[in-house]
Amino acid sequence: MSISKEDVAKIATLSRLSLEENKLDQFAGQLSSIIEYMQKLNELETTDVEPLYSPVDQTTVLREDVVEKKFTREELLANAPEDDGQYLIVPRII
Amino acid sequence: MELAIKNLTQIRDILLRREASVKEVVTECLQVIEKTEPQLNALITTCAEQALEQAKQMDNQGPDPDKPLWGVPIVIKDVIATKGLRTTCASKILENFTPCYDATLVEKLKQAGSIILGKTNMDEFAMGSSTENSAFGPTKNPWDLTRVPGGSSGGSAASVAAAQAFASIGTDTGGSIRQPSGFCGIVGLKPTYGRVSRFGLIAYGSSLDQAGPMTRSVQDAALMLQVIAGHDPKDSTSSQKDVPDYVQSLQKANDLKGIRLGYPSEYWREGLSPEVKDCCEQALNKAKELGAEIVPINLKHTPYAIATYYIIAMAEASSNLARYDGVRFGYRDKDATELIEMYLRSRSKGFGEEVKRRIMLGTYVLSAGYYDAYYKKAAQVRRLIRQDYLDALKNCDLICAPVAPTTAFRLGENIDDPLQMYLTDIFTISLNLSGLPGLTLPVGLGQETNMPVGMQFFGPAFGEEIIFRVCHVLEQALPGPGYPLGI
Repeated sequence: MSISKEDVAKIATLSRLSLEENKLDQFAGQLSSIIEYMQKLNELETTDVEPLYSPVDQTTVLREDVVEKKFTREELLANAPEDDGQYLIVPRII
Repeated sequence: MELAIKNLTQIRDILLRREASVKEVVTECLQVIEKTEPQLNALITTCAEQALEQAKQMDNQGPDPDKPLWGVPIVIKDVIATKGLRTTCASKILENFTPCYDATLVEKLKQAGSIILGKTNMDEFAMGSSTENSAFGPTKNPWDLTRVPGGSSGGSAASVAAAQAFASIGTDTGGSIRQPSGFCGIVGLKPTYGRVSRFGLIAYGSSLDQAGPMTRSVQDAALMLQVIAGHDPKDSTSSQKDVPDYVQSLQKANDLKGIRLGYPSEYWREGLSPEVKDCCEQALNKAKELGAEIVPINLKHTPYAIATYYIIAMAEASSNLARYDGVRFGYRDKDATELIEMYLRSRSKGFGEEVKRRIMLGTYVLSAGYYDAYYKKAAQVRRLIRQDYLDALKNCDLICAPVAPTTAFRLGENIDDPLQMYLTDIFTISLNLSGLPGLTLPVGLGQETNMPVGMQFFGPAFGEEIIFRVCHVLEQALPGPGYPLGI
């Protein structure tokens, strides 16, 4: 299955990435050969096989929903690219 | 180098007997780091001052026999959160990220008395097989500086092999502990999925990622796992099973009588280089001399493992890496004037090329109309691959396979051909799909390249104890790789 330059541009937008023109060509070639390789799985008949999404057998384990104050506001904001000491700042949305 | 080249268990005993001070040991490791780092680039961040200060305090307080790693210097892969210590994942997008918490395994290592010397280089977000995909430059193999150390825990493997520290913690999503351990001539264990908490690991493929020890002996790996294993309420996939006394169980190991080693023919033919085949077969012959029986087994879905793995890993990666949007942490492009533009520009400038490739492939296989054809199909084949292992392990105790088809390849050799790079993972990947444990044991140096060769031992779920026992016996009987000559 071949992936075109236009397909790559669309996938990039869905992935929240923007690519330069020369990269679109490069990725189209690479993604096509990787996806083609993945078609190998079609050699196998799997209609009645239950998918395995996790190697863990146990069902989801939930702990008590107890509120703990583990971090200060300063600690949580320390890695923010932009903040005013109280809140995270992002470009205007509306 | 007198102290630094000891293994972890030896240095732990030397420290407990006060035959050397913690400061002396830390200082010697820092000297090795200073000498080797300009060539190796195995570390992204070092914390010499804190380590020396900690050493001073520990020397003043005296040894604590209840702390199994008291005073032992270690390094941690930079995908694992360390409180107050920069954690970059080898990515520009996290270049300035300093966590306000420790991963559970780091908490346990600190409680056990270890001293963290630094954070090790890796492929960005653990995506790669050579440590060439790092925003901080590639790591070199200490055995030959023109070759890769393997990936993605290549910095960890190079650091431990070069005697910068006595152990490291790596992570293994598709072989990222076992393959670099093989390329650098050290021991590396991928524990059973769920044996070690993943809380504080920066996620790549959540159903595959598993942290584990990288050391210079099997006994050291057993001791490290002993410290970091166990249930963690902060990780719902972590197992509630008790942790056995791995170190104690090694005392009973003298020979391999009654041990059945599975020999999957699928792993021992295609593309295997003669020098790797020779070394691994010699190790199998040694195992036979020690009493093991070699049993032919069948892992018939092996040819489908790479396609299955990359579909699942990339799908999970595309979802996990959606959190890097420049809002709460990480790199933000300052020129963006509106929100979507900020996401696009921050992610495009922050992520490297391999990460972008995997995010896009993951987005593609999960997108409407393709989900069943790729992701669901891969999850179905994953079950078949796992079933192969479960069936095989009914007829043997452990399964033996080479770690990689060749010894460490040269820097740049596969970097422009991602599919070729993915194919180098052929012998490691299926174990992650199945969730089972596997250990890399150095089995000698290849005749052609004079580079280390590693062999893997796969076991049943939570069968780390028997893996350690068998590998410990075999390790004593094999010549061992020695120390790297490249630096």
